[in-house]
Amino acid sequence: MKSEFTPPIGTITQIKGQCISLIGNDIDTDRIIPARFLKCVNFDSLGESVFEDDRKTLKGSHPFDLKENKNASILIVNSNFGCGSSREHAPQALMRWGIKAIIGESFADIFYNNCIAIGIPCFTLPNKSIKEIQNNKDNKFLFLEIDLKNSLAKAKDLSFNLEIKESSRKMFLSGEWDATSALLMNNNLIENKFNQLPYIKFNIH
Amino acid sequence: MSQDTLFDKVWDLHKISKLPGGSDQIFIGLHLIHEVTSPQAFGALKDKNLKVKFPDRTVATVDHIVPTDNQSRPFKDNLAEQMIKTLENNCLEHKIRFFNIGSGNQGIVHVVAPELGLTQPGMTIACGDSHTSTHGAFGSIAFGIGTSQVRDVLATQTIAMNKLKVRQIWCENQLSNGVFAKDLILHVINTLGVKAGVGFAYEFAGPAINALSMEERMTVCNMSIEGGARCGYINPDEKTFNYMKNKLYSPKNQHWEKALTWWKSLKSDEDSIYDDVIKIDASKIEPTVTWGITPGQSIGINQQIPLVDELSHDDKLLAEEAYEYMSFKPGQSIKDIPVEVCFIGSCTNGRISDLRIAAKVLKGKKVSNNVKAFVVPGSEKVANEAKQEGLDQIFKDSGFQWREPGCSMCLAMNSDKLTGNQISASSSNRNFKGRQGSPSGRTLLMSPAMVAAAAINGKVSDVRELFSK
Ligand code: SF4
Repeated sequence: MKSEFTPPIGTITQIKGQCISLIGNDIDTDRIIPARFLKCVNFDSLGESVFEDDRKTLKGSHPFDLKENKNASILIVNSNFGCGSSREHAPQALMRWGIKAIIGESFADIFYNNCIAIGIPCFTLPNKSIKEIQNNKDNKFLFLEIDLKNSLAKAKDLSFNLEIKESSRKMFLSGEWDATSALLMNNNLIENKFNQLPYIKFNIH
Repeated sequence: MSQDTLFDKVWDLHKISKLPGGSDQIFIGLHLIHEVTSPQAFGALKDKNLKVKFPDRTVATVDHIVPTDNQSRPFKDNLAEQMIKTLENNCLEHKIRFFNIGSGNQGIVHVVAPELGLTQPGMTIACGDSHTSTHGAFGSIAFGIGTSQVRDVLATQTIAMNKLKVRQIWCENQLSNGVFAKDLILHVINTLGVKAGVGFAYEFAGPAINALSMEERMTVCNMSIEGGARCGYINPDEKTFNYMKNKLYSPKNQHWEKALTWWKSLKSDEDSIYDDVIKIDASKIEPTVTWGITPGQSIGINQQIPLVDELSHDDKLLAEEAYEYMSFKPGQSIKDIPVEVCFIGSCTNGRISDLRIAAKVLKGKKVSNNVKAFVVPGSEKVANEAKQEGLDQIFKDSGFQWREPGCSMCLAMNSDKLTGNQISASSSNRNFKGRQGSPSGRTLLMSPAMVAAAAINGKVSDVRELFSK
């Protein structure tokens, strides 16, 4: 496990780190964090249990157990990553293990939203580029520098144009990825909406 | 971009603003919470010194962790006890309506809200649970959210979200005898794939959908998420309104007429525009069973597990992973594969009609000696109704264990789990590796009638053969 965990706050413009590749499509949130670890009232101790069952099965050879990945922080995945349950415990576990950004072919909707809400930017790249990173001979030591302003990822002699939803990119650059404060600002509009909605009136119990 | 669909109408009605980042701020009409994904959200409220904005718009119940054998308090499992206590305290502190065990209204959140009339056409509904899509069966727009968004709904009754695209799934003709809503949705997911729905809302329509009961419609919408779609819905019709009538929390007296008038105005226009339309022939669907490790890996009961060569490049890798995990051979038929555990329950198929059909199959028959079988009603209401009809006795006489309501072995957070590499025939919704509590446990998803048939024969069977006997 890594040293003391500090959650991200404020603007996120740049992420530098070593890549860790996890190969496979449709990796679901039950695999990222099995249900028995959901018995908790805070997220604090989830980091060590990330991919618990997959890791046990692979007896030390799972990417999250390899020594050379100990300090990795940019997760490289294939398609439909994070499908299944809506548990935010999944990105929380990844984040607490040390993941700061994810690059993949595609992400499941709820997982993507959960990542954005807790400050993990998720980028997409075409299959070919993902393979290029995953098959990189020096994979062990592949460091990427992600620049959110220009949606670019650079390594020593590689460069990728990352895709990310424009709304997410803006939120990270402005530091408003934690949506609560933006939502709270429209308090009057919320009250108006509450008073206007037809069904609120006929559901007074 | 879609236009004038029910989805567009409900979305526009609930839109509050465009946020600086570009996503929409959407008002949530009904917020459902349970013990697993809410404690951290309440914790965050406290940290930020925020109150619950509209406590009346949130409703709580407890389902994921509850034991189904002995529900007396304190629970044997300390952690489970701590979680339910936390929910009890949070509801008390924030004045949130809570259906606790023994209230008569407790159960799986997606079973409870519709049966109480809380789920209504035209609403936006959110819950920290991916199967919130279930509620779309009533013509509401309902989706799962993560814990940070649960916090946002508690604090503001709104969330930030990008509008989804809309795909209509038009189901032609009718399902044949012995083929159920579960088979239909498994077939749809198999046809389109588990990621086709990413970024989409699924509108289910057509003669086969119109013919479904409200409970069957819930089964279909429930598993939209397994097809990648965050929400699934069906335009409301007379069946919807009849179901809503006289439910505990449905509009009463003069409000009922007003509600009805409004609900009737809520549907996709004849000439509405969809981002995509797909046609499915319901009459071609057979009882369907999953053989792999995603809900998309399914086949008809009389088909063989696909050969590698029959699959696309992408599906190949996953199929190979599945053959190995399941210890099945490509080309092997699914029929007659022995099962060890049979589970009837979950928010997909734990409703009264599911129990009725399973009981019909089981009546006068015995569960095979090699099978452990149990039924977990979706809610206290379902359990009571089943008891009144004598279904519990039919289950028990056949050798099924009759349990208390909860999620149970759908995700195995309580003590109902597979052990080792046991194979289960399950009426739930996910066959992911390890989903049912054992890291090497194997799950075959199917309809409740098919689970009952598998229980009797001790192996995967075609329920239609039992019906005709
Ligand atoms: S029954 Fe299963 S899928 Fe449904 S809410 Fe419970 S755990 Fe989730």
